[in-house]
Amino acid sequence: MTPALLELHGITKRFPGVLANDAVTLSIDHKEIHALLGENGAGKSTLVKIIYGVMRPDDGFMRLNGEAYAPHKPAEARGKGIGMVFQQFSLFEGLTVAENIALGISAKMARSGLRERIAAVSTAYGLRLDPDRRVGKLSVGERQRVEIVRCLLQEPKLIIMDEPTSVLTPQEIEVLFQTLRRLVSEGCSILYISHKLEEIRALCDRATILRGGKAVGECDPKQQSAHRLAEMMIGTTLVPPQRAAFGLGPVRLKVADLTLASDEQFGVDLEHVGLEVRGGEIFGIAGVAGNGQAELMEALIGERLANAPGAIEIDGVPVGVRGPAVRRALGLTCVPEERVGHGSVPDMTLWENAVLTAKTRMKLATWGFIGVPRAKRFAGKVVQELGVRTRGIEHAVRSLSGGNLQKFVMGREMLQAPAVLIAAQPTWGVDAGAAATIHKFLLSLAQSGTAILIVSQDLDELFAISSRIAVIAGGRLSPARPVDRLTTQQIGLAMGAHGGWEAPPGAEPTHA
Amino acid sequence: MLRLEPRREPSRIMFYATPFLAIGLTLLAGIVLFEALDKPPLAAMRLIFIEPLTSLRGVAELLVKGTPLVLIAIGLAISFRGGIWNIGAEGQFAIGALAGGAVALAFYPATGWWLLPLMSLAGIAGGAAWAAIPALLRTRFNANEILVSLMLVYVAVLLLSSLVHGALRDPDGLNFPESRLFQTSLPILIEGTRAHVGFLVGLAAVLLSWVLLERHVLGFKIKVLGQAPRAARYGGFSEQGLIWFCFLVSGGCAGLAGLFEAAGPVGQLVPALPSGYGFTAIVVAFLGRLNPVGILLAGLLLALTYIGGETAQIAMSLPSATTAVFQGMFLFFLLAADVLVNYRPRWIAKRSPAADPCARSEAPVATMQRLPTP
Repeated sequence: MTPALLELHGITKRFPGVLANDAVTLSIDHKEIHALLGENGAGKSTLVKIIYGVMRPDDGFMRLNGEAYAPHKPAEARGKGIGMVFQQFSLFEGLTVAENIALGISAKMARSGLRERIAAVSTAYGLRLDPDRRVGKLSVGERQRVEIVRCLLQEPKLIIMDEPTSVLTPQEIEVLFQTLRRLVSEGCSILYISHKLEEIRALCDRATILRGGKAVGECDPKQQSAHRLAEMMIGTTLVPPQRAAFGLGPVRLKVADLTLASDEQFGVDLEHVGLEVRGGEIFGIAGVAGNGQAELMEALIGERLANAPGAIEIDGVPVGVRGPAVRRALGLTCVPEERVGHGSVPDMTLWENAVLTAKTRMKLATWGFIGVPRAKRFAGKVVQELGVRTRGIEHAVRSLSGGNLQKFVMGREMLQAPAVLIAAQPTWGVDAGAAATIHKFLLSLAQSGTAILIVSQDLDELFAISSRIAVIAGGRLSPARPVDRLTTQQIGLAMGAHGGWEAPPGAEPTHA
Repeated sequence: MLRLEPRREPSRIMFYATPFLAIGLTLLAGIVLFEALDKPPLAAMRLIFIEPLTSLRGVAELLVKGTPLVLIAIGLAISFRGGIWNIGAEGQFAIGALAGGAVALAFYPATGWWLLPLMSLAGIAGGAAWAAIPALLRTRFNANEILVSLMLVYVAVLLLSSLVHGALRDPDGLNFPESRLFQTSLPILIEGTRAHVGFLVGLAAVLLSWVLLERHVLGFKIKVLGQAPRAARYGGFSEQGLIWFCFLVSGGCAGLAGLFEAAGPVGQLVPALPSGYGFTAIVVAFLGRLNPVGILLAGLLLALTYIGGETAQIAMSLPSATTAVFQGMFLFFLLAADVLVNYRPRWIAKRSPAADPCARSEAPVATMQRLPTP
């Protein structure tokens, strides 16, 4: 019997105060797509870093094709045929595709005939790429192709993919899956990390479930329901959010003909964006990352002012040219996409970060003096209600993991009883249990009359909680449509259609 | 190759312990230095760091030198906390002395209870006005405030010098480049010494700035601006307004310190009035961890190096640079220790020339230390 491609035996990794991996044993066969499933903080990334040679285990050993395997650095892992496509791309926007690829591979490979090989690999796997284009001009999906091609050029036996679909349109995901299946048919194996259960069910042959650092189970995901997988992941039963039908209130957030040129080199200009969100409604904005979401968030928060007062109205008050402080006083709370350094100050404590945005609405200051006990009570409430895992509100936000920071920032904005709540990626990086909590909070806020605007790349999420969805593409926003009259395919098409619904990609933008 | 990896949550205890570590290392290096110079090291250290504290006069002198250091450093700390790098306190000090001194001379020979407060206000206004120049250039044209404020030091010092040589020169002073002696001077705190009430003002500044930074929303906004400018914008804090506030406060503090120096120990305007307090105060601010109480202690410590350095010059014929060497070592050891508090050094085998863009994000080489954040 031939040995498995990669075997892990009793891999253990300790960090101060945390057991990140606790005697994890798993094996990946040849020509297999193996899913690694787990909540945030379950130890997925640590395990993957150990396989890719970024970290070394404290205990346990690995075998590659039956031989001892203990990489000291990523280059060594790559030399032995293990490649990785990270969630965050490491590309230089100012360089071309070929230059970026040359930078990421060994000097010997980069020297001769690189462009030909890029062309060969990208056509062979249906990954269309022009080696001479600047990366700054590429869409996120194309950037991912650059990373994949870079990985494939090293002819890997095992490719690790960390949440590869979070930035893709449904159509792009389908193309990616075809590529992956093709790779497997040619003898490659794939370790696929994701929290999107439907994808894992569609793509993967086997799944290992990590919980609290331990491998708690293995299954064939095709035989399990997504619901069952989620329950195995969090270890308890899960109640999906119930979208109740609430009576709609008056328009609380109105954006009319918002046009704003970006001040960044590779930014997106907003063009004639208009929308209305009523009290009791959750309005979703779908779109592939980098199509104006960041710019729209800045404009709505008030970090960049609109050209006309009436471009943005909160409860009928024109605030287009007023800053964030005025908008907050009127009842706006918001969660920007970047939590670290934007939505929070990493070196400040949790309670100080509560003061950052809740100062006015929660009356955390009197006569300009910070009411420390009140601020601490509010921060404590956020931690408790959202289940933020922290060593205490006196600790720096820097010490929180990504998912826990996300819960804290979302909670801070949701618990202020806002008139209008705007959130980018409300459940980014949190586990299924916490996502359910956040969704429950959002729905109960809507029920109490808050107007909620969600900007997300996660279509499942948008379909689960929003009542209407609009699509942003190239800085234009399509008219909104009720969720029950929408399909994933329609949204996917609109993502390429620059502000309309039916137009195919490449056609003249149809602006409504 | 040695690499520095950022620590997840730098130790809070070490953050406050490093100044003491720096002091210890400085003393150690001082002993080595004196040994190399063939001076008895322990006697020299005793002379510099202990001798001045054994007499009332010495303690009074400590307050005289410590007052401007603390006052300036308090202003600088507020500004540094906001990430506003006002390096030009020396110039604001000179202009403060000039403005306050000019008021004293304008009313010459009148005296009265009202004159000193008026001079102080003029001193504050002068320093603040000088600091307003980099503030304006930064907020209007995004000019680098480090360069602008630093270069304005030389303009200020020469302006003071030229006026003392010219318009403000003592008409009865035999053409010496100095102004008339002021008719009003700061009340003396300790009878028979030069220690003046300016020290009490310094203490008040410590208290006020502590309240501002630890309890007031304005101080909170300044800290957010310094640590995460995007978060400050998200919080709805006016960056421009905070920059102006930081410059005016730090300039005002430096200006008041300058006036105190002129109306206190010196008693007149002389070209040599700005003698480096504005730069030493930067060391004081960092050694005190940008924390008001820490600054009070650090200010007194550095004042000690001034007095001790002088004593050592006279008693052991050490070079006059002794003071500066010790001040430099304090800052050097502090910054070095800070890097280790914020980053963990790790020895890594030399890497192949094919850089690994993925690993790069795992362990960025630290080129700058993180901002101190008490």
